[in-house]
Amino acid sequence: MATSTMQFKIYRYDPDKDNAPYMQDASVEVDFSLDRKLLDVLTRLKAKDDSLSYRRSCREGICGSDAMNINGKNGLACLTEIKDLKQPVVLRPLPGLPVIRDLIVDMTQFFKQYHSIKPYLINEGPRPERERLQSPEEREELNGLYECILCACCSTSCPSFWWNPDKFVGPAGLLNAYRFIADTRDQATNERLDDLEDPYRLFRCHTIMNCVDVCPKGLNPTRAIGKIKEMMVRRAI
Amino acid sequence: MSKQSVAVRKFDAVIVGAGGSGLRAAIQLSEAGLKTAVLSKVFPTRSHTVAAQGGVSASLGNSEEDHWHWHMYDTVKGSDWLGDQDAIEYMCRKAPEVVVELEHFGMPFDRTDEGKIYQRPFGGHMSNFGEKPVRRACAAADRTGHAMLHALYQRNVRANTQFFVEWMALDLIRDQSGEVLGVIALEMETGEVVAFHSKATVFATGGAGRIYYSSTNAFINTGDGLGMAARAGIALEDMEFWQFHPTGVAGAGVLITEGVRGEGGILRNSTNERFMERYAPNAKDLASRDVVSRAMVTEINEGRGCGPNKDFVLLDITHLDPATIMKRLPGIREISIQFAGIDPIKAPIPVVPTCHYQMGGVPTNYKGQVVGDDGAPVRGFYAAGEVACASVHGANRLGTNSLLDLLVFGKASGDTVIDDVRSGEIGLRDLPADFADRTLARLNRLNTQTGGASVNECRLELQRTMQKHCGVFRFKDMLVEGVAKIIEVEKAVAHTEIKDKSQVWNTARVEALELDNLVEVAKATMVSAEARKESRGAHVRDDAPDTPANPNGRDDANWHKHTLWHREGNRLSYKPVIMKPLSVETIALKTRSY
Repeated sequence: MATSTMQFKIYRYDPDKDNAPYMQDASVEVDFSLDRKLLDVLTRLKAKDDSLSYRRSCREGICGSDAMNINGKNGLACLTEIKDLKQPVVLRPLPGLPVIRDLIVDMTQFFKQYHSIKPYLINEGPRPERERLQSPEEREELNGLYECILCACCSTSCPSFWWNPDKFVGPAGLLNAYRFIADTRDQATNERLDDLEDPYRLFRCHTIMNCVDVCPKGLNPTRAIGKIKEMMVRRAI
Repeated sequence: MSKQSVAVRKFDAVIVGAGGSGLRAAIQLSEAGLKTAVLSKVFPTRSHTVAAQGGVSASLGNSEEDHWHWHMYDTVKGSDWLGDQDAIEYMCRKAPEVVVELEHFGMPFDRTDEGKIYQRPFGGHMSNFGEKPVRRACAAADRTGHAMLHALYQRNVRANTQFFVEWMALDLIRDQSGEVLGVIALEMETGEVVAFHSKATVFATGGAGRIYYSSTNAFINTGDGLGMAARAGIALEDMEFWQFHPTGVAGAGVLITEGVRGEGGILRNSTNERFMERYAPNAKDLASRDVVSRAMVTEINEGRGCGPNKDFVLLDITHLDPATIMKRLPGIREISIQFAGIDPIKAPIPVVPTCHYQMGGVPTNYKGQVVGDDGAPVRGFYAAGEVACASVHGANRLGTNSLLDLLVFGKASGDTVIDDVRSGEIGLRDLPADFADRTLARLNRLNTQTGGASVNECRLELQRTMQKHCGVFRFKDMLVEGVAKIIEVEKAVAHTEIKDKSQVWNTARVEALELDNLVEVAKATMVSAEARKESRGAHVRDDAPDTPANPNGRDDANWHKHTLWHREGNRLSYKPVIMKPLSVETIALKTRSY
């Protein structure tokens, strides 16, 4: 059995008993034949200390629950290979959002921005009896957009979002805005562009591209933002 | 016990769970203007519907001729005739309507060249009453559940649905007459306990696949609705029937969709043989899931498994065009690379049957009303999706019928609630004085318990017991022993201890409360399985073998009936299968082969 001890430094804060957050040193026995991902090891840490708090659910990178800052970079615990991690592994909550407890952040602001882009299909035309038609090529435009899992890795790695989380939509919200703009079934392109044509909502993006670097699904919010900007220019001429 | 005050909030309807069925019900209720609360342990798009991959069934006939009646036949046959035929007809007839509706909500389905919804073959989907495979599974690549859950959530954003996110429902409130008056729930962030007093309570809490050690299910699938219902005196139906999905990644449990075989994937043993040809000469790799899982375990048991321990088989798609894999199965490729360390374009994926879905649940009718032992609705109580047993899946569910189930019965339960509220059939009845006692006692015990058992160890013991004693193949002696072992686990669960006593986001407490629910599900499963002395669908026993009198070990004379497990007294009763459909002829009992 390939066991070994892994060292961790974990951000801890329980407002019920701690005056201030602190970094806790922790170590745990890991069995490399069973434990592959960081979430497997977190489960072991939690078995030792049940007060360690983090969100998790699907453990396969599709629900978006277990986003955290791992050795300085945002990612999903369930998709992070433990063998690749430099020790001590430093775990912190996602940056830029208020911490509720340990690795759990308050995501209200993140979802508020997502909701602000009207993340639903707008088509006030009469509802046909069958599906609305869309060619395979038109459908392909949604690839790289609809797969977003709302984990917030991107938005909380974006300095513009750290500075203006109340005014800048952020990469996740903008990627989703473009998902509806790009959908041939959606009829609200102009309204959507109007809403984003604002010094803050869209134009705080300075193409730093942290979002692209951290997205666990390999999506590219910067490209989507570029496309929105392009459409704004095109309709202005 | 000290009297603690519990805040009360009043609603027309409270929906517990925000996966596919809860969100679909919420759309009906919010758009109808009912004052509705949707409670969820997790942010809605984190619900486990998100992990569904292959598709949702509907006889749209976009690529070839199809008919809801053929779909109905396949579902009845898939259920090994344990499904209720009124509910099955209802679901299959409604399928095209609810899937088209979902497309109108914005679901990004893949498309055919004509621009219609793309459909792929799936296990047990046949045309012309079992003749040959048909394309019926409507798909968004291999991320159908993700695309669906997000589309349903988005429609709820549009409808201004009121969500209570990261609230865990703890107990059902019932009065003396048995009417359901709402739930008591815990806000995870603050530890506050609130009663949601409501005219209608809809359970959409999903499944409990975490009773098994090896499961495709998320951590959150702990059978909370089943535990709450059982504690409130509602019997659970057909809990012995659990689906083991043929293709979970060996060692990791993560799901690999049947859509892989729909796109041409083949199962192979250590001799590279396409062994399904021997077990299901007609449908081969696309036979029903129970049939394929048993074939795989038989191959492994007979020494034809792969790997150093000969404990898995291989799912091979290396013969498919890489472009097809990239287009139709991109998520599977990601999962294989992540969890098996294998690129399926180049090498086959190691897979084993893995616990996936509960066919049983809270008994309902096809309108989404929860029914009592006599078949009469329990006033104020509704359920849809995996928590419910309508029963459309009977002894074995067809792939893609789960996503269909939650659309059809999520919508139906919503519509029934609207009717019942508007007609005055249900109202806001007074809460009994002791409505919060049971819940507060549970919470107080956890706050004060010392020297008790570890939640983690109790859960592991429960999961290992289920895995060993109640798996793909079941053995009489192991089942008898399993019942005794689960009763032992239950005793320990009553005294679990958590070290974390914080009020803020106390996940240790949540896990302890979830374990209370898991243990009810485990008991129901083991007791129901031990008692059913036949083989049917996913329930196959060594002492009920294939004989001329009872082909496949199915004993219709004695066991063509639904099980009802009662928590009080750990007792069973039975009720007949509904064989009369709504409008067509009964699909008569027949031996099942693929």
